[in-house]
Amino acid sequence: MPVLELTNISKHFGAIHALNDVSLSLEGGEVVGLMGDNGAGKSTLVKIIAGNFPPTHGTIRVGDREVHFHKPVEARELGIEIVYQDLALCNNLTAAANVFLGRELHKVYGPLRVLDHAAMNRRAGELFAQLKSETRPRDLVRQMSGGQRQAVAIARTRLADARIVLMDEPTAAISVRQVAEVLNLIATLRNHGIAVVLISHRMPDVFSVSDRIVVLRRGRKVADKRISDSSPEEVTGLITGAIETA
Amino acid sequence: MAETADTRPAGIAMTLDETIQRQTYGVFGRVLTRQTFWVFVAAVVAFVYLSFASDAFFTGNNLFNVARNCAFVGIIALGMTAVIITGGIDLSVGSILCLAGMVTGMMMAADYSIWIAVPCGLGAALLAGFVNGYLIAYLGMPPFVVTLGMMSVARSAAMVLSGNQMVYQFGSDHAKLVAIGGGSTSGWFDGLAGLVGPDSALGGLFHGLAALVNIPNPAIVLAVLALIFGFTFRWARWGRYIFAIGGNEQAATLTGVPVRPIKVSVYMLSALMAGIAGILQVGWLGTITTGMGVGMELIVIAAVVIGGANLAGGSGTAFGAIVGAVLIEMIRNSLTLLGINPFWQGTFVGTFIIVAVLFDRIRSLRQAE
Repeated sequence: MPVLELTNISKHFGAIHALNDVSLSLEGGEVVGLMGDNGAGKSTLVKIIAGNFPPTHGTIRVGDREVHFHKPVEARELGIEIVYQDLALCNNLTAAANVFLGRELHKVYGPLRVLDHAAMNRRAGELFAQLKSETRPRDLVRQMSGGQRQAVAIARTRLADARIVLMDEPTAAISVRQVAEVLNLIATLRNHGIAVVLISHRMPDVFSVSDRIVVLRRGRKVADKRISDSSPEEVTGLITGAIETA
Repeated sequence: MAETADTRPAGIAMTLDETIQRQTYGVFGRVLTRQTFWVFVAAVVAFVYLSFASDAFFTGNNLFNVARNCAFVGIIALGMTAVIITGGIDLSVGSILCLAGMVTGMMMAADYSIWIAVPCGLGAALLAGFVNGYLIAYLGMPPFVVTLGMMSVARSAAMVLSGNQMVYQFGSDHAKLVAIGGGSTSGWFDGLAGLVGPDSALGGLFHGLAALVNIPNPAIVLAVLALIFGFTFRWARWGRYIFAIGGNEQAATLTGVPVRPIKVSVYMLSALMAGIAGILQVGWLGTITTGMGVGMELIVIAAVVIGGANLAGGSGTAFGAIVGAVLIEMIRNSLTLLGINPFWQGTFVGTFIIVAVLFDRIRSLRQAE
């Protein structure tokens, strides 16, 4: 059974049809590369899944029930996590503090609720180890490489026990060595049975880690196929419109 | 989740773990990189130097005065630190200090009990802080503009309340107000001695303590508040959130931090601290004028920034605020003692702010390289 199923999703902003009749289903442990030119509707689709705004038409099912999100927190409660393009990290806090931001662990002494720094550092360290990242829980995010920052952002989704992780351009602004690190992180998420939607402009990244590729053009889905049945040339054609559909 | 897929040789796994365990700096190294530490050293050096340079500095009376003046600045600096950590600024603290003192003083002059007048004074401060916070957090107005406006509004309100008259009669609780703001541990110990009997052995001990330990009440209030703030910044979720807001407000919002209520709370807290300082100051002076606390915001901001807080937000400590307050008040005091024209004090405070921010700028430039 798919963990996420979108059926005939459309989104209109006034006269602008950002998305038209898009259907998409995601299985657990599957990495789907979502590609398309600027304005093709990628971020609109992600924002609908993430609960930023509701679709104009169409239904969303998470697991076996239909859902109507009004706020991002409602999507998050159902295990949908987003790793934002700018990563949404606080540079002045430690890695562990960022992982637990908004979900801090406490110790209770009578009327006092005291942050449990030791437990948060320990748990964050475990998550980084699971992700096979060298990130240290007590380091400030300011001092970290792009790949380590990605690990922090992804560890946050692991903490929430996410079932679906949406990643918006995770490899856009980092070095080649760090790209490999991030692609490994994505593979690790998949091995843990999590469905990943990878939004990226970088063809090699999408082809190296995805199981399936979905191409949007001008608000419509023009391709949805196994990565092995496609090629970078075909996808480029689909994105630009040189190839109509596939 | 079992890590069965890990095929690395044990040796490499070890080094990875060691890397993770290793700290970037040792505890000592971390202390040495802190601005607060060096400002603390500067304060100690200044203290030692002044003790030799001026006969009047290292005397009980003078140190008592410096401690009390530090306390007023320090109390407000604690609240200001919270504001600056979130990346804001509060220019209205000097006026709110005056407003809180005036409300308290006017009510006591009308013969209300101190138990009613003080909460009303603090309530007026909190109200001003709430207006600041609401406009900044919910309407997205720049803190600089909002608190600059409140600086004018709060002082004007104090003038309207008093008809711009000096108030120096505080009704039947006059003595209590003066004791709170102007008293010291000497008074407490003398009181205790009187309670147990001045001629008993215990009474003698308290008399001895009274002569030996003389800390002004405002400094004790400062010490207690500093402990509470220091604890809260590090160990409470609220503390974690103000740092997060100062570091990356958008990230804080996205991760579900209640950014707006927290921002309102920060400005209310800053106003409350100004109100506490104001009431203590009225008690110490025994009078209120509408000129009370003029220019206070600048001294307080200087203390916070010198103590290591970054005006761009995201960093600051309670200890730093106090060290900054001590250093500034000591230097202001020494300028007077060394016979330097007091009109220079503004130059010193202003230069301090600029130099502290300059150091910050140099540091961030060096990091960017």
